[in-house]
Amino acid sequence: MTTDSVTTPAIEDDVNLTTGEVFPERPTGHPVMQLTDVAVAFAGRTAVRDVTFDVHDREITALIGPSGSGKTTLLRALNRMHDTVRSARVTGTIMLGDTDVYATSTDPTLLRSRVGMVFQRPNPFPTMSIYENAVAGLRFNGVRKKALLDEAAESSLVAAALWDSVKDRLKAHASTLSGGEQQRLCIARALAVEPEVLLMDEPTSALDPIATKRIEELIGELKNRVTIIIVTHNMQQAMRVSDRCAFLLMGEDKAGELIEFDATAKLFSEPDDARTLDYVNGRFG
Amino acid sequence: MSVLTFDPSGDPILERRRQIQSIAQASLGRRKAYSAVALGICWVFLVLAIIPLVAVIVYTFAKGIVAWNATFFTQVTKPEGIPDGGVANALVGTVIIGAVATAVTIPLGLLGGLFLAESDGRVASGIRFTADLMTGVPSILMGIFGYIALVKAFGYSGLIGAFAIGMIMLPIIMRACETAIRGVPGHLNEAGLALGARRFMIARRVILPAALPGIITGVLLAIARGVGETAPLLFTIFGNQYMQWNPTKPMDALPLVIYNNSSQPYPDLLQIAWGAALLLMAMVLVLSIGSRIVAARLQRERR
Repeated sequence: MTTDSVTTPAIEDDVNLTTGEVFPERPTGHPVMQLTDVAVAFAGRTAVRDVTFDVHDREITALIGPSGSGKTTLLRALNRMHDTVRSARVTGTIMLGDTDVYATSTDPTLLRSRVGMVFQRPNPFPTMSIYENAVAGLRFNGVRKKALLDEAAESSLVAAALWDSVKDRLKAHASTLSGGEQQRLCIARALAVEPEVLLMDEPTSALDPIATKRIEELIGELKNRVTIIIVTHNMQQAMRVSDRCAFLLMGEDKAGELIEFDATAKLFSEPDDARTLDYVNGRFG
Repeated sequence: MSVLTFDPSGDPILERRRQIQSIAQASLGRRKAYSAVALGICWVFLVLAIIPLVAVIVYTFAKGIVAWNATFFTQVTKPEGIPDGGVANALVGTVIIGAVATAVTIPLGLLGGLFLAESDGRVASGIRFTADLMTGVPSILMGIFGYIALVKAFGYSGLIGAFAIGMIMLPIIMRACETAIRGVPGHLNEAGLALGARRFMIARRVILPAALPGIITGVLLAIARGVGETAPLLFTIFGNQYMQWNPTKPMDALPLVIYNNSSQPYPDLLQIAWGAALLLMAMVLVLSIGSRIVAARLQRERR
């Protein structure tokens, strides 16, 4: 046996080091989330409707569209955040793998540990240290083993490109970090639970251009780890980071609708719908 | 449950995801039970806290409603043994004293609250501290102060009662106004400043209208508190068996009727006391519900 065979294989290798077994290549691009005729209404008034598309594994899906087109409303439907709003009704079908997100047998807390979320404004827990913030989701989900907590904290902080700057002050308060660092801590906090899908709601809208650039680079790097759905009303951002794109638009009755869903390159160069073309060329919105 | 259709071994991320998901799944029952127990404890304590409140309301209602008849509202208080007594003189006294106290404390409290909200100086923090102290002072001190400072010089009168009640209401209104005004987003203030407006103009045209729901709620709750006070009236308005519309003369008030009659052994006087208690409670209830309705309506109009 040569030394080569014991070097750590890349994720794609799919070799079990203990047994030497080689597994079929990890499938990519298959749908992890499937939305069928999804609609959200508040107090009987439809906010977004007719949304049908697949979210593919380890891709970045962007939701774009002008204000009021229901991007954020749709995003929050995916991890049942609307459960907390009494008047909200979500109809249609959302499947996460073979789990029906809105089935009565689906526990919303368990679901949300599989579908993480990062919000517009950085919202680290103010009374917790950097380390405690990073592992907060794990603790909430019943993880108590110190080894697993430490491993997850390091891994997620590394993935969020924060480890090098905070590894010597993990006990410091999260409020000592800058806005961009706080947002990366929030990404680490979401990643530590190892969700299958990460929802990002305009994660850079409260950040300056340099912090925005770092978050965008980070989003690209996270692709191998987690499937990302990102809401943005910055079209350049959608173009830069996403693989596929859903374009939503407010209809005549003020309800958002899905106009077009396609590979980002196609949607931005030769979309099928004239309204998409107008929007991506900056003719409105 | 999982979307994984292949063996995750060797992939640290997938391995950890599987581990975390299985812990989350396994601990779900324990976490749910914990949550249910905590919620159950909340309910138990909620019920325990509500029992005395409900008991007081139900008991007062049952005892007081029998006293409510036509003469109760139209006749003045009568001595024991004389039929068809009422509380009309006390009702008039309470309304007039409450109205005078409210009319004087609203402008003071509003402007004081505005000052507290807009200023962070030493004077403001001193006033704020004093106001907080005054809300904690036993209300009988207001009555004694009114007696020593005013009654000795001018004699008993409804106005001095209103003064003592106002002393109770003022700090409440002031702090409520301050909180409501502070709740108005600071960028509205900046938007006004950037248009070249003077501070008082911004306060009058932008800040106060925006804070109005909170101000109204605070004022009505202060009135509700004020009209229910007995101690400040004991040494200031003396009480009056006759109908008295002139607030410069000794007056009667509902809390005073309750206080005086409840220590009497005569059933007819006790019944009047229960009726007066129910009436006072109803007035406070109407003020509280009214404040909520007004606040909710103002909020709705904004949207």
